[in-house]
Amino acid sequence: MADKDIRAANANQPVPVFDRPAFTPLRRPLSEARVAIVTTAALRIEGQAKWSGGDQSFRVLPADTGRVILGHISPNFDRTGFIADPNVVFPIDRLREMAAEGVIGAVASEHIAFLGAQDETMTSIRMDSGPAAAKLLREAGVDAVLLTPV
Amino acid sequence: MTERLRPPRALYCEFPLGRPLGRPGDAAFQRRVLEAALSLLDRPSGPVLEDFPETIDDDGVEPLACPLPLRFDAALPEPVDEAIGLRPAYERQLKRTGRTVVGKVIGPGRVPEAIGVFVRLVESGSWEELLQLGVPRLVAQDIRGYYEEAAMAMVDHVPEAHAGEAWFYRKTKTGRLMLEALRVMRDGGASQADWSFLVPRNFQE
Repeated sequence: MADKDIRAANANQPVPVFDRPAFTPLRRPLSEARVAIVTTAALRIEGQAKWSGGDQSFRVLPADTGRVILGHISPNFDRTGFIADPNVVFPIDRLREMAAEGVIGAVASEHIAFLGAQDETMTSIRMDSGPAAAKLLREAGVDAVLLTPV
Repeated sequence: MTERLRPPRALYCEFPLGRPLGRPGDAAFQRRVLEAALSLLDRPSGPVLEDFPETIDDDGVEPLACPLPLRFDAALPEPVDEAIGLRPAYERQLKRTGRTVVGKVIGPGRVPEAIGVFVRLVESGSWEELLQLGVPRLVAQDIRGYYEEAAMAMVDHVPEAHAGEAWFYRKTKTGRLMLEALRVMRDGGASQADWSFLVPRNFQE
């Protein structure tokens, strides 16, 4: 089953429905914005708890690909990409380059990882861990997040 | 799914699963993806859903062309002997990158032992020993991760998505052992949760 077949098989999975989609304009030019990565690749660093099935908590990641450990569990997803280059999942080096060139203002010093394989309600993420992660990033002065779904 | 969920801004990328930025080792390509994604912040209203114009096709990927160690210890089951033979390559990869995907349940030193558990599973038809070792799908991922990382040390290019798993399941003794173990568990009445994630769907007959 190719990836497109997996996508097609999951296309009609139930998802949360929101009365009003969230949309917040960026409050400053991108060239002045601090950007963070939020990934669902279940990354973690040494010393943090390993991911378990249905885990809806998050891990805080330093801005350093050398320390991230991949934890996502689906056998259907390619992992050799991450093995060869973590930036294909956690593009921290690309963001650093963009910051150095002035395309973005700055790279956040901390980033967020969630586990991607979740039930369709994601209640804890919506009501608890998601807002907690957002608060952490807001208090760190993050203006925009890049979500890398895995 | 994205159309129904309606996140504020989404860039749809037709890339292999597990590679959201498309091409590992291709900084220019990753940069184009990021620029396209961040450009969505310019849109005056949302939700925004746009397509990234470049696609990566993963249909019909050939197995990685990667050597396997010669038989060394005839007293060991072939898959176990094969895994031991790959340890130097695994260690080279670990030294080069400083990271590993192995370790959800077992470390690299226990991979041959874990493969021995699968050998006995197929021989005996009992998966009790596997369940005692750990969650089967996580043990299986540690074994496959060990092999894929060893393979990365032996090739001179970044493989296409799924080329590594194609090599593992079609070309290696251990990969074929995992396929047989799935059949034994499935046909022997094991809980679906214990066998259905042992190998990728496209290798399950």
